[in-house]
Amino acid sequence: MTGFSTLLYKEVLRFWKVAMQTITAPVMTAMLYLLIFGHVLEEHVQVYPGVRYTSFLVPGLIMMSVLQNAFANTSSSLIQSKITGNLVFVLLPPLSHWDLFGAYVLASVVRGLAVGAGVFAVTAWFGDLHFAHPLWIALFALLGAAMLGTLGLIAGIWAEKFDQLAAFQNFLIMPATFLSGVFYSIHSLPPFWQTVSHFNPFFYMIDGFRYGFFGQSDIDPATSLAIVSAFFLAVAGLAIQLLKRGYKLRH
Amino acid sequence: MAAIQISNVEKSYKSLRALGGVSLTVEEGEFFGLLGPNGAGKTTLISIIAGLNRADAGTVSIHGHDTVRDYREARRRLGVVPQELVFDPFFTVRESLRMQSGYFGLKKNDAWIDEVMHNLDLTPKADTNMRALSGGMKRRVLVAQALVHKPPVIVLDEPTAGVDVELRQTLWKFIARLNREGHTIVLTTHYLEEAQSLCGRIAMLKAGRVVALDETRNLIRRIAGAQLSVRLSRGELPESLLPLVSHLDGAACRTEFTLRINDYAEVEPILAKLREAGAVIDDMHLQQADLEDVFLQIMEGEK
Repeated sequence: MTGFSTLLYKEVLRFWKVAMQTITAPVMTAMLYLLIFGHVLEEHVQVYPGVRYTSFLVPGLIMMSVLQNAFANTSSSLIQSKITGNLVFVLLPPLSHWDLFGAYVLASVVRGLAVGAGVFAVTAWFGDLHFAHPLWIALFALLGAAMLGTLGLIAGIWAEKFDQLAAFQNFLIMPATFLSGVFYSIHSLPPFWQTVSHFNPFFYMIDGFRYGFFGQSDIDPATSLAIVSAFFLAVAGLAIQLLKRGYKLRH
Repeated sequence: MAAIQISNVEKSYKSLRALGGVSLTVEEGEFFGLLGPNGAGKTTLISIIAGLNRADAGTVSIHGHDTVRDYREARRRLGVVPQELVFDPFFTVRESLRMQSGYFGLKKNDAWIDEVMHNLDLTPKADTNMRALSGGMKRRVLVAQALVHKPPVIVLDEPTAGVDVELRQTLWKFIARLNREGHTIVLTTHYLEEAQSLCGRIAMLKAGRVVALDETRNLIRRIAGAQLSVRLSRGELPESLLPLVSHLDGAACRTEFTLRINDYAEVEPILAKLREAGAVIDDMHLQQADLEDVFLQIMEGEK
């Protein structure tokens, strides 16, 4: 157990030591999104009856920050360790693939939630938020962070240079988060794009998370939970297999 | 039980055959040298022993624990100093060592960490960030990181490459002490005099194969023998001694030459032949071969 907890501690300490970059900066970015989009669209868009656009936006921004930072944590930690070569310190000890998976992903969950809490703290007073179903909020935040942490782990294992990681992040993760309904409800989209959105697992995370606040959502939250859970199990299974085989790590 | 048992290990990278069926046994308590030119496969072999690489075929076990099937037990018994000067820029020396110790499941290990730091003259740098250390200091930390879990088997991959004399001495003093206390040491180095003075037994690798394996003194005696260098003031090297020549200075007059001998008993007959040929010796010295001679002979393919 202590091998695992040491790695978890190290991974948390790693981002905590550069908290300005890993926590404060994404909180600032989310606040800018809220100020600009909220200001421009407040008068023009109403997604749910009785919910102001700024209020609608806040949970989406929180979740987007959680997801992006969970992904960034595992992926950047791994690629840096691979490129500088200090990954050997983790590969030489008797850490199992479960230890590696658990510690890396859990640390990314911690970072994701820390940023999410920060975004919440600075944006909550812009829009009057309710907490219709707090348990759903916690559940989707945890699962979403774990899933993106796992995707970051896979990207970090696969990528051999920063360029490849950037491609993974900018052409896969960023579009998937931006097109998941952070800024809008998919019901405002043309039918074709509504259908496309249903193939985006990120959509279910944000929709379910938002349900926890407003008690309203595009999709039944239980369905979203099932889909997100299934997707998480699939990527977690893949990541554990890669770690077990030593894919690109013990070549 | 063998400290390290390597059986028929093969490894290829695309078309390059890095290891072509290597088998070696390192006994407990040995100070073992793994020598060979760059690209011979030393680091690949060490990476496979350490579990950083997977062999295409063959097995490695540490104290009887297979490095793949029983990797946790194998790795607990192994400390590896990697060749590359790697470090984690987020942490201080002490943090790095505590972290490494924790990965091995050791929590309250500060007494030993302090001792390792003391023995490697790292104590004054304990709270310095890794980034701020000189190359030599980083190398010491790498050695310390390999020792935090008191592994019975320690593998050092060129630990003295680009390191000053002082650290080399500090390091070897400490490693020799650990060896005396029962730790098995495996070492690769390009400094052959280090290997000769430290290693009890040596394996030489060439193009992924073991081309020599013996006790250090046997290797030197068996393969290189001794050399007799002679300078004549009158006369020249007789025809009968030509087959013994390993080196000839001033080829035209054949008055300065070096002869290879396997035994000191061969010296007397050589002198007799020179006398018979009417040669007068101006200067002469007898030189015991060293590991470098052995190494060069083996790598050039001579026997």
